[in-house]
Amino acid sequence: MTWTPERVQFELEKILPLVQKPGRYTGGELNQVVKTWDAVQTHVAFVFPDVYDLGMSNLGMTVLYDQLNRRPDTWAERVFSPWPDMEAQMRRVGMPLYSLESKHALKDFDIVGFSLPYETLYTNSLNALDLGGIPIFAEQRSPDDPLVIAGGHAVYNPEPIHAFFDAFVLGEGEEVIHEIVEAHQAWKRSGAPRRALLETLACIWGVYVPTFYEPHYHEDGTLAGIERTWGGAPETIQKRVVAKLPPPPKRPLVPYVDITHNRVPIEIMRGCTRGCRFCQAGMVNRPVRERPVEEILEAIEQALHNTGIEEIGLLSLSSSDYTHVLDLVQQATKRFANQHINLSLPSMRIESFSIDLMDELQTSRRGGFTLAPEAATERMRNIINKPVSTEQLLETARAIYSRGWHTIKLYFMIGHPSETLEDVQAIADLVKTVREEGRKIIGGRAKVHAGVSTFVPKPHTPFQWVPCDTLEQIQAKQALLQQEARGKGLKLNWNNPYETMVEAFLSRGDRRLAEVIYRAWQRGAKFDAWHEYFRYDFWMEAFAEAGLDPAFYTHRERNIDEIFPWEHLSTTVRKRFLAQDYMWSQQQKTRIDCRHQCFACGILPTFKDLRIANPGPVWQCPEVRPKERHHVVPMVQVQG
Amino acid sequence: MQRIRVFFSKTEAMRYTGHLDMQRAWERLLRRAGLPTVYSQGFNPRPRIQLAAALPLGFTSETEIVDFWLETQHEIHALEDQLKQVAPPGIAIHQVEEVSEEEQHAPALQSLMQSAEYLITLLQPIPDLPERTASLMAVDHLPRIRRKKKYDLCPLIFALDVLPNDEAGHQRLHMHLSAKESATGRPEEVLDAMGIEPHLARIHRVALHYEQSVG
Repeated sequence: MTWTPERVQFELEKILPLVQKPGRYTGGELNQVVKTWDAVQTHVAFVFPDVYDLGMSNLGMTVLYDQLNRRPDTWAERVFSPWPDMEAQMRRVGMPLYSLESKHALKDFDIVGFSLPYETLYTNSLNALDLGGIPIFAEQRSPDDPLVIAGGHAVYNPEPIHAFFDAFVLGEGEEVIHEIVEAHQAWKRSGAPRRALLETLACIWGVYVPTFYEPHYHEDGTLAGIERTWGGAPETIQKRVVAKLPPPPKRPLVPYVDITHNRVPIEIMRGCTRGCRFCQAGMVNRPVRERPVEEILEAIEQALHNTGIEEIGLLSLSSSDYTHVLDLVQQATKRFANQHINLSLPSMRIESFSIDLMDELQTSRRGGFTLAPEAATERMRNIINKPVSTEQLLETARAIYSRGWHTIKLYFMIGHPSETLEDVQAIADLVKTVREEGRKIIGGRAKVHAGVSTFVPKPHTPFQWVPCDTLEQIQAKQALLQQEARGKGLKLNWNNPYETMVEAFLSRGDRRLAEVIYRAWQRGAKFDAWHEYFRYDFWMEAFAEAGLDPAFYTHRERNIDEIFPWEHLSTTVRKRFLAQDYMWSQQQKTRIDCRHQCFACGILPTFKDLRIANPGPVWQCPEVRPKERHHVVPMVQVQG
Repeated sequence: MQRIRVFFSKTEAMRYTGHLDMQRAWERLLRRAGLPTVYSQGFNPRPRIQLAAALPLGFTSETEIVDFWLETQHEIHALEDQLKQVAPPGIAIHQVEEVSEEEQHAPALQSLMQSAEYLITLLQPIPDLPERTASLMAVDHLPRIRRKKKYDLCPLIFALDVLPNDEAGHQRLHMHLSAKESATGRPEEVLDAMGIEPHLARIHRVALHYEQSVG
């Protein structure tokens, strides 16, 4: 018996009372888009392979849901991973993973698009395909199976999961998603074999079809090269960008149950000009594009009118760098003063201006003030290119305590390149110094919460060559912190080092890891980002079975000219630039904010036509003037 | 300040929305309507919204009541239209009233609750349903344990009747149970006492009874 939407609905009524938070699985929320199944040409399922509570606050999913549902010929629906209690019930009755809107099984869709913002969702993706009735391996799919694609930050190196997806989207999805839908429609009409669709997709800017590429390895396991198996596929796949950010969604969904972030996310700016060397988001989301203040205010207005949600998150990678941030905050607080809403502005820089902004927002002091120095010594902050002086940090801390906050949250990372135990000791010392500054101002009420995560080197960053710390190194550093960063008013959080290992080998893995992921999932690995389900032993067994060594991926320092698994995938920030930045880091040489000086990372030469078509402050890259004599290669022109 | 009372149904779409989330759904509804809801003073201002009787997760109801306060006077018919326009799937508004001047400071509805009636639809057939119903009503004591506390369910059941089957052929029950703050009879406890698995039943609240006449 097939699983029709009616049957799913009927069985759900019997199993939902048996699971935690059944409101995760019903759909039907305000602003959900409903269309007539048979009246629509293309059915797209967006899968966020984590629990509803997290997926519903995901910005990317909100944006793409809005984009596709504007098309009369397409219906985009949502799918989330069932929590293990729900999965057990679904498997007990044989119910497939279904979409929240129409309750169709995943396999009934034309296109299944996964959103993969982090690597620890890989096993959940396999689980979702399996629960949805779709063959896990791309090569086993028939013409009747959906096209399975993925996008998001974790697919900037998709090689470890190449076997499970038909195609990946590198970069921003707002425009390319339409091209993919149209390619699928044309292919469906043509009745051509599945390969024809893949060939069309491979020629779309930003789309990577892994089956058209084949890596070759040296004896020592490093890559010898990546060969194209079909001449029509591009040699290098370049990430997609939208020249101008489209207006934010007008009618975000309103969940009926409590979720992780009860807020409407509104993106005020994309990209970051600071160039922190550990930060993948800062490298892959270039160029910086800002939204006009008026457009943001209009989006807040619409969100309040259409959702009534009590918090608006004004999101970007570095809020205080948004050119008109003060103006935005002042206008927004004035305009929405009577609505009893919170405006939140995450990712603030370490400077007193950030406190001014928080004052303007009239934020409750109770949650504490968050700063992210990332490292505790100036030497280390130069290495990672987050050059803030300790004095500036302390001065900002003093201002925070004296303006009504009792708690400062400080975010650090251990495991930066060339870090020593002295640098780790400095974290404990700095935390205590900040507490002392607080005590001078507000006495014993002063608190410091230190969140210390472990650095994982990421592809497409200046640190893609460096080894990740070993388990023993991480444990020694964490033990030191636990010993030293103790006392009244201090709180310390850290990551499970075993989870860090999994993130580390998945981040810079090659195609051979597909077997490891598959075997780990078969053993039961899922929800790897949730400590209650995390199973390191499954991963180690999977590595042993596949005959691979995790240390090859985690702890090995790469040669500067090593061919990476992601060599054929370009973020347009050049490898030469990243290598130079890596060498600068070893000399503790910093780069200033690239809005003040262009370092020719590769974005402008590649996208100069886009820049010319979008002049002015929309982009934070320098202006490019069109040249009449086009045989002269235009160098980047810096104005002002 | 104006105290408004709304009578509404909680329908299928919000069946799994709990009491606190329902409270938030009303807060959002009022914000969408652009109404000047009264907020509490202090550190963490909360909107003044009172739901009359908590409805357990998974139940639907056609007899919910909410009170809220507005900063300014509103014409009731216009207000009703406004609320209906912004109501989400899951909240069906039946009637909007202004609570009179004298009742402005009356106690919260929750403390006036007396009893509630439920319509139960059984998703799996129980052939001896009339017998089970009769034998439950025949006893004088029904000792039960809920959350480690012993209590007697018997005095909390005012009525229990078998109704004719619905159009789909499902068997149905009607229950009238005490709903005082200190003595609440729960329909799922009654079902359990009858040997019926509560998760295989639809529970729908059809009436609420108050100490004073409400609506």
